[in-house]
Amino acid sequence: MKLLLKSGRVIDPSQDIDMVMDILIEDGKISRMEKDIPISETTPEDNLQIFDLKDTIVTPGLIDMHTHLREPGFEYKETVQTGSEAAVAGGFTSIACMANTDPVNDNRSVTEFIHMQARLTAMANVYPIAAVSKGQDGKVLAEFGDLKDAGAVAFSDDGNPVTDSGLMRHALEYACSFDMPMISHCEDTGLSSGGLMNEGFISTQLGLPGIPGIAEDVMVIRDIKLAGFTKTSVHIAHVSTAGSVQAVREARSAGINVTAETAPHYFTLTDATLRGFSTNFKMYPPLRGSGDVEAIKEGLQDGTIDAIASDHAPHSSVEKDVEFEYAANGIVGLETSLPLSLKLVHDGILTINQLIEKMSVNPANILKIPKGSLKTGSDADITVIDMNKMWTVDTDKFRSKGRNCPFNGWKLKGKAVMTIVGGDVKYADSEI
Amino acid sequence: MKKKKVVMDAGEIERSLTRIAYEILERNKGTDNLIIIGIRKGGILLAERLREKISTIEGTEIMSGTLDITLYRDDVLTTGKRPKLEKTYIPFPLDHKKVVLADDVLFTGRTIRAAMDALMDFGRPELIQLAVLIDRGHRELPIRADFIGETLPSSLWENVSVNLTDNRNTDEVVIEES
Amino acid sequence: MNLSRKDMLGIVDLSREEIDFILDTAESFKEISTRKIKKVPTLRGKTVITLFFEASTRTRTSFEIAAKRLSADTINISASTSSAVKGETLVDTARNLESMNPDIIIIRHSAAGSAHILAGLLEQSIINAGDGAHEHPTQALLDMLTIREKKGTMEGLRIAIVGDIAHSRVARSNIYGLTKMGADVAICGPATMMPMDIDQMGVSVYYKMEDAIKDADVVMMLRMQLERQERNLFPSLREYANHFSLNRDNINMAKDDVLVMHPGPINRGVEITPEIADGPYSVILEQVTNGVAVRMALLYLLSGGRK
Repeated sequence: MKLLLKSGRVIDPSQDIDMVMDILIEDGKISRMEKDIPISETTPEDNLQIFDLKDTIVTPGLIDMHTHLREPGFEYKETVQTGSEAAVAGGFTSIACMANTDPVNDNRSVTEFIHMQARLTAMANVYPIAAVSKGQDGKVLAEFGDLKDAGAVAFSDDGNPVTDSGLMRHALEYACSFDMPMISHCEDTGLSSGGLMNEGFISTQLGLPGIPGIAEDVMVIRDIKLAGFTKTSVHIAHVSTAGSVQAVREARSAGINVTAETAPHYFTLTDATLRGFSTNFKMYPPLRGSGDVEAIKEGLQDGTIDAIASDHAPHSSVEKDVEFEYAANGIVGLETSLPLSLKLVHDGILTINQLIEKMSVNPANILKIPKGSLKTGSDADITVIDMNKMWTVDTDKFRSKGRNCPFNGWKLKGKAVMTIVGGDVKYADSEI
Repeated sequence: MKKKKVVMDAGEIERSLTRIAYEILERNKGTDNLIIIGIRKGGILLAERLREKISTIEGTEIMSGTLDITLYRDDVLTTGKRPKLEKTYIPFPLDHKKVVLADDVLFTGRTIRAAMDALMDFGRPELIQLAVLIDRGHRELPIRADFIGETLPSSLWENVSVNLTDNRNTDEVVIEES
Repeated sequence: MNLSRKDMLGIVDLSREEIDFILDTAESFKEISTRKIKKVPTLRGKTVITLFFEASTRTRTSFEIAAKRLSADTINISASTSSAVKGETLVDTARNLESMNPDIIIIRHSAAGSAHILAGLLEQSIINAGDGAHEHPTQALLDMLTIREKKGTMEGLRIAIVGDIAHSRVARSNIYGLTKMGADVAICGPATMMPMDIDQMGVSVYYKMEDAIKDADVVMMLRMQLERQERNLFPSLREYANHFSLNRDNINMAKDDVLVMHPGPINRGVEITPEIADGPYSVILEQVTNGVAVRMALLYLLSGGRK
């Protein structure tokens, strides 16, 4: 099967390329990338598909490094299959999935199970992230070596923080010795306990217990200090506060190996949206105030925040259509992440090249996976983006099982119109 | 320009009220256990005038009260609006009393039906009589007045208003197209 | 004027004119409770359901009496939200009730936003009888009626609210209402119970009783929930009572004709001493009487249902 992608504006930060070019894909790999590949040069075989991608942007396949696929254990909320369908619909060719499944992914059999499900059913590449501690209880280290051998790409107790600083120190040291990334969910549960939304004027007005921004800040600072002390590296998940951004910025200038990601809702929504008590705005970390939203945008702009990751967290009606305080935390994100992030480009906060870095190149580097580039010979993982296509978010049409989305009905500008994974077209808008 | 006609002037109203006062006294053989209760807005000033006249004629004070019938109306929940509640002031039980209800205009009779239901919640009057300044016909219930100032035939698209004020010289009864 | 609303969920949405209108209507209803036959036929044949997920005798009884005095039929449902017993969801309960065609549903729940869920889901009029720490609009309305009755107006009055402000729906609703009506509201409590940025609601914040109640026209004491002690919000009831209770000594800081109010039930000896609770400044029992009148007014005004 050969694919010829013609006339798209190819942006590949890994090769410093930004120009209109054609791409030829053969046997699941990128075989040629040049201006104007004439069709006669390729043998006219029956299985050559040609796509005219004029007026679109062609990039290395996007990578969402923070998703929850809920399998094994919570298949009613999502499966590897449905999660991957949502991913390719959102323009993602690779996704990394967190370990808070049931059973927790803290041993090789669960990691291997996820790989097997991915191989059999998934539309995108799936990279399991295994737990830091057994059961994600924060007490005993999981078997990092075994998990790496089974195919895990990183360790995280996401869903929970690693509260015991001694354990976190050892986890950082141990992971480093296997050359594996550590992803930290930063939350001081003493400060956040009982809280349901950001602590601020809105929570005061609504009578809802608050989660102060410092519950995140103090743990970000702790992890930065630990990484510096142990001379290892740490990746901060779902940054939401100005304090966290500032801490990462300062650590970076002090030469500490810290990377950070944020999710689109943290630069799109504030805690004012909680006024209607809709559970579609309830997640952890919570939506923050407008000052934090501005700080996140600045952090993206000056490079402090390296990656955008959706924290795709599907839940069913059982968990969400209940009283606010009983509702589970989390919203889906795979199918809206790119369009919401494109708004940063439309608003002049990032260039499209910078955005591609944050959604493809950097996640690949952080997870140490061989993706995020269109170099000849690379896997043909490609995302085609129409930056100007107007569309309306309709959760009824989501491929994800989850409908817990705060953006239903929003009119957005720009989306992925085609997603190619390993040379196969896994998603295409009807017009292509 | 709506057609408007004054059907009773201040002098005519005064004379009617005087006659009604005498009729009330005659029918009830004096003021024993007599109470005048004015209904809602229109009947309140009327009741006050009657009370004053009766006191003057007989030389004794008689009891009076005011009744807001909004909560007893048969259309209280069917219209979307909530008419403003006025106060009800009946500070004594009505058992064994002769109640004279006073209202300005008797029309469909529904107000009087509501008033009687309300009065029953305050006790068991010996009798209830009705005094009105104008009876304009078009009854929808079997209600009649005992004491009438003037019977005024009207059509349904006309409005009859009794305008009493503290300055008695400007009292008038007016009928106009609605 | 009209109260063109389907629901009564909170004071935050009410205008000053609407509050005046409700209080005026409530005043007219007070008289009915003094008659020998304490009933008017206004809501005859209407069904009023009280759906209480939190135990409460006084508020529920007040609503029940209000509905019955308007000749409505009342049904009381006590639902449990004990997490050990995961029963029917709120949404399912609401839909089941809807199928029985009630006219008005009154809900009290420990989770903020619960009344909003019902209001969005059901055609019936929903009255919020208290949702978590968020709002308790009928309490604030009856408090305002009491103050207006005794003082003539709320405009310019110095009103102190003392207690666990962070967890108090009574405090929130009263702050919304009293500031709208032009009062000068001072709030006071331990720093651990004072929510962030609450001064942005137009109140002055104090941590010492004496400063808050100085020259106050009204002092409103909030009930201290004894469970708060366990969460390290204050060390002991004794300490709380020593610093934040209204007693014979500090009452003198307020004006001579001060009104002492309390939403009830009172913790005698904790937030208020018995002699103050029973003393000449207390209007606590009048609050209860006005509660029935306010609730009658709301049932009457909202019973039009859908607009």
